[in-house]
Amino acid sequence: MTGGLDVQDLSFSYGAKQALNHVSFAVPPGRFCALLGPNGAGKSTLVSLLTRLLVSPSGAIHIAGQDLGRSPGKALARLGVVFQQPTLDLDLSVRQNLAYFAALHRIPRRGLNARIDAVLSRLDMAERSHEKVRSLNGGHRRRTELARALLHDPQVLLLDEPTVGLDAASRASIVAHVHDLADQGLCVLWTTHLTDEVRDSDDLLVLHRGEILTAGRSGEIRGALSLSDWFQSVTGAPA
Amino acid sequence: MNGWLIALRAIVGREFLRFIHQRERFLSALVRPLVWLLIFAAGFRAALGVSIIRPYQTYITYETYIVPGLCAMILLFNGMQSSLSLVYDREMGSMRLLLTSPLPRWWLLFCRLLGSSAISVLQVYAFLGIAALFDITMPGWGYVAALPGLFLGGLMLGALGLVLSSLIRQLENFAGVMNFVIFPMFFLSSALYPLWKMAESSELLYRICALNPFTHVVELVRFLLYLQFNLSALLWVLGTTAVFAVLALWGYDPARGLMKRKV
Repeated sequence: MTGGLDVQDLSFSYGAKQALNHVSFAVPPGRFCALLGPNGAGKSTLVSLLTRLLVSPSGAIHIAGQDLGRSPGKALARLGVVFQQPTLDLDLSVRQNLAYFAALHRIPRRGLNARIDAVLSRLDMAERSHEKVRSLNGGHRRRTELARALLHDPQVLLLDEPTVGLDAASRASIVAHVHDLADQGLCVLWTTHLTDEVRDSDDLLVLHRGEILTAGRSGEIRGALSLSDWFQSVTGAPA
Repeated sequence: MNGWLIALRAIVGREFLRFIHQRERFLSALVRPLVWLLIFAAGFRAALGVSIIRPYQTYITYETYIVPGLCAMILLFNGMQSSLSLVYDREMGSMRLLLTSPLPRWWLLFCRLLGSSAISVLQVYAFLGIAALFDITMPGWGYVAALPGLFLGGLMLGALGLVLSSLIRQLENFAGVMNFVIFPMFFLSSALYPLWKMAESSELLYRICALNPFTHVVELVRFLLYLQFNLSALLWVLGTTAVFAVLALWGYDPARGLMKRKV
């Protein structure tokens, strides 16, 4: 496949402990895919492998058609990431944080300011561009990170439990915004353990004990149950 | 501008910004060697006579003797400080940001290393400036000649910091680094006493000191400050830098090393 995210037969172990076991899935462009899994299911390991913080000896990952193992630079250039951990420099302004990231992605300075303005206003953050990140609340910090992840025009967006620690309003706004991004053609993989962030029209992957338990359209999978009840019934873990 | 240089400038620039934001760090980096120079050396000069050894051509005071060692001490502490901040970065997540850049990892780590070494060298010059105010001076051109030696020493100790940061899992373990790396490296070297003094008391300790790469950083800087060249020290420092660099790359290799233990 050419666009989107494609994972084939990915396994990984920490010593004797098998964290991922023959995981395969694909997310096409323009789709919002929720990766749901209880704690310890292997979500973090999968995210580390997708971002090449870890490399697996088996399996293959393609990001927008680029093989992450063979040409990591090209693949990573097409990937936008919002990590679970905050990764902003608190003492720098919003704009400085974005400029630092832009440099890491080799974006030239010419035209950079306009680009930063564009992603910030897309997330209603334009008027805060000169504020220090330390003075921002959690919701605005997350929005800054989302803006940053879009700065290099990625084709695949990976968000690792992006709403952890946010209040309800900020959560809803980020969830809605990222769904919009998928509607505009971006391929989105969103990991979470919160079922209310998943819409019926979303793709759903359930990761359990290192294996993909279920994959398909969320609304069809849950049937008459609420997603939370369905999830608990198959994994035995509350969602 | 080339993409690699854009990243280099940003990473080094970020190190400088962080440095400026942490004034306490700069002050403590400056006060530490000054305490040694102005207090320790004053008390110690009577106890320790330094005879004429190369590169010195006359009798020198003990204060003068330990200046190069204290310069190297600044490089050592800064190297460890940068390793501490790398561990901090890893816990805080900004390391992830760095390592998921499309540029090769060795280049990203090298940029980081250059930035922290440049800051170390700046601190050394601030220290030398204050020492000069107390009339502890070197030949004028010595300050210029020492620059490449200081920078190389900074790279070596920064690379050591990288290696350690790939081994240390948590910030809490950092006290161990102080005890098992900084102190032995500093005291088992020619920073505070010439090695022949050490040989008088213990042949074994003397041999350890002579093998300690930190000794060679001190001697490289000492000779350069007096406009002399110490080839063996240079080769030692270059070789050790190369070894540490390889180990650091191994430690940061995504297929093994640090990330595998727990991201």
